[in-house]
Amino acid sequence: MSDDMDMSEIHDIFYEESYEGLDVMESGLLGLGIGQPDLEIVNNIFRAAHSIKGGAATFGFLPISKFTHGVETLLDQVRAQERIVSEDVIEVLLESVDCIRRMLDMFKAGNVPDEASSIELKQRIDTILALPSGGAMKAASNGEVSEPAELKQWTIQFSPSVDILKTGNEPLRIFNELRALGELKIVSDISKLPDIRTVEADSCYTQWILILDTDAERKRIEEVFDWVSDQADIIIECKESDITNSQAQTTPIAAALELPSSEAESAVAVGASSSNGKNSSSTKESGSIRVSIDKIDALLNLVGELVITQSMLARHADGAVAGSEAQGLKDGLLVLERHTRELQESAMQIRMLPIGASFSRFKRLVRDLSQKTGKKVELKLSGENTELDKTVLEKMSDPLVHLVRNSLDHGIEKPEDRLAAGKPETGTLHLSAYHEGGNIVIQVDDDGAGLNRQRILAKAIEKGIVSPSEQLSDDQINNLIFQAGFSTAEAVSDLSGRGVGMDVVRRNINDLGGRIEVSSREGKGSRFKIRLPLTLAILDGQLVKLGSDVYIFSLLSIVETVLVSPGEVRKVVGNGNVYRLRDDYIPVVRLRDAFKLRCKDSIKTYLERDGELLVVVESDGQRIGLFVDELLDQQQVVIKSLEENYKPVAGLAGATILGDGNVAMIIDVPSLIKTLDIAAITSKIEDFAA
Amino acid sequence: MSHADIMAGSNAESDSKQYLTFYLNGEEYGVEILRVQGIQGWDTVTPIPHSPEYILGVMNLRGAIVPIIDLRKRFNMPDMDIGKTTVIIVVKTHNDGESRTIGMVTDAVSEVYSIDENALQPLPDFGGSVSSEFVKGLSTIEDKMLILLDIDRLLDIRDKLAPNSQSSAA
Repeated sequence: MSDDMDMSEIHDIFYEESYEGLDVMESGLLGLGIGQPDLEIVNNIFRAAHSIKGGAATFGFLPISKFTHGVETLLDQVRAQERIVSEDVIEVLLESVDCIRRMLDMFKAGNVPDEASSIELKQRIDTILALPSGGAMKAASNGEVSEPAELKQWTIQFSPSVDILKTGNEPLRIFNELRALGELKIVSDISKLPDIRTVEADSCYTQWILILDTDAERKRIEEVFDWVSDQADIIIECKESDITNSQAQTTPIAAALELPSSEAESAVAVGASSSNGKNSSSTKESGSIRVSIDKIDALLNLVGELVITQSMLARHADGAVAGSEAQGLKDGLLVLERHTRELQESAMQIRMLPIGASFSRFKRLVRDLSQKTGKKVELKLSGENTELDKTVLEKMSDPLVHLVRNSLDHGIEKPEDRLAAGKPETGTLHLSAYHEGGNIVIQVDDDGAGLNRQRILAKAIEKGIVSPSEQLSDDQINNLIFQAGFSTAEAVSDLSGRGVGMDVVRRNINDLGGRIEVSSREGKGSRFKIRLPLTLAILDGQLVKLGSDVYIFSLLSIVETVLVSPGEVRKVVGNGNVYRLRDDYIPVVRLRDAFKLRCKDSIKTYLERDGELLVVVESDGQRIGLFVDELLDQQQVVIKSLEENYKPVAGLAGATILGDGNVAMIIDVPSLIKTLDIAAITSKIEDFAA
Repeated sequence: MSHADIMAGSNAESDSKQYLTFYLNGEEYGVEILRVQGIQGWDTVTPIPHSPEYILGVMNLRGAIVPIIDLRKRFNMPDMDIGKTTVIIVVKTHNDGESRTIGMVTDAVSEVYSIDENALQPLPDFGGSVSSEFVKGLSTIEDKMLILLDIDRLLDIRDKLAPNSQSSAA
């Protein structure tokens, strides 16, 4: 690690890695079979816990290291097959993961977690630890944990790399730690020491042979070398000392460790490298590096500029040059264009993460919820490898949790109800992600009771969201659940109905530039389909013209575009205009007026035409029509902030630079609708329609 | 250069600052040259919705979206058509720790002068077009009067626009 890193940066790395470690533990625990655990998984969990403990101790997060120590001990017993994995053990370990996560949250927020929060769990772990190891397989031969260990002599060849001091590791510290374990003799080997004139002061040329008399286990010795295992050759050998110790007894010790010494070293090496912050993945050798989002965004920005410059060049080359020279230039520009596109795609790819990590959290949620509600639910996942922008992924987490909770709480029925309805006892919740038409779709399906439309309608009427006289289609009724202040739960449980309704879910998704649709069949189940843009930095835009300016809609916000003849727009008492789009009256506004544009060209030019272009957009279930002068291309645009040098503007999501170098404004449909005060117009439409 | 020279040099400069001057409606104005990011010819400006009249819109300045302010409109001076000498002076403003890059449209650029800030005269209250709150002071160079502007106040679009955005968002 570089020297100029201050402590808070190092802490951040610790937090990030610990959270990752907790995720590894959690997913490992959920995949762990009862009774016969997969040792590979157990080892993964153990290593993650071990890294967290080590890191926490190093950086002084003592409550975490203390608590994790107990967890580690329990895991160690499981690893050594001394303790049978029961439902209880998994439950306690899962709760421990939560507990460590809470402690991390508190430290991260600058608080120190109090002992009380973890004490109860700690006692439960201690109780389990105190129990006889529950029919352990090798209880008899596994003397090293329960019986006092015997004094043994260990020979450790410690040959650090020349650079060990530069990485901040001090052999002396390691020796002191060993000394704490027992009697230590140190023999230095200075044969590698170069000529005095070529000695570098911060290089380490010495190698050591350490002879340690201790009753500690091999593991404890290996732990001491954890931090340097990738920077040194370490050979640890146990020489049977003169104390009575037969060969027969050492074999089970090695077996209990489950790892021959060479493997043990490599296992330690993996753990050490992840705790050193060099490797972003805590378990797999994924060969990744950790880069701050800022750097990636800066890169993406530059690539965006490059795309603009490239298209500008292409435009100029088109008309400007002729002759034989021109062909070469044009060919070159074509190659440039291809490379720029590829560069842009690869750069965007950096921000993309597979949704699988986010999905696997739901295993836990579904497990907990089904236990709480007494419902039997099977969670199916598909499309885990579908990649999504990191920011989108993070912001989708809460809405997805809400949808899953909802499906479990309201959708899937109790086992007896399901049987009575002729359905299998176990309900299915299917989370899937896939690409569709340049968007990412995340879908939550359940085979539960489906939306109860009568109840929804009754509730909506009761809450005054719709009037009793209104005739609504099934689809419209389904969509009522997204209205603010709507909660279908007959009895408010602690699962849902915590004040966060489906309206918030929809708003969050709208804020990301996405849309959510619901479809449902009574008795068969319901489906929530979320459509999201691939990334937030780049938008699939529909370019429109207003006067001499270009404005851009997100393609996702557009429902349709219709050609309207002037007679079809009707004036409503007051100031609003409406258009009848099939069965609905929707408010219509001239986008020029909405933006109070000082257009230089005469307004007549577009009024004189036979038809008007109406772009129908939707946000929060509200549809409105916006008149534009002309529809232009559809293209991808890089979103740039208006706030950086100006300030946020109501109705705009930002701006972008077009191929010709000019700036175009990007319309933010949700905030535009708010600006227009559509509610006032809508209420008039109701009078009008009635 | 000896140590003493450097000291002397920096002492001499601490009293005087360099100003870039420009013309606006027949008068010469100055802004601190350290704030000037560049001088830009006239280019397409895209209007911003809901903006006050003196904000012409935004422009693409090497990939950044930069608002452009018409100084004549800002000072309620008569409009003038874009001419050959019309330039946009791009400056950096600082307000409450936020810095912004803003372009201002002027009739023409003039000179760079070293001006002793201690010798500035206050703006006499004669009801000129430029409100005194935007003026640091007056300076006389070669029998010309220079009006030195406080661009942080003059171009503080943040405060000027806040009420506007609230009313439109409501």
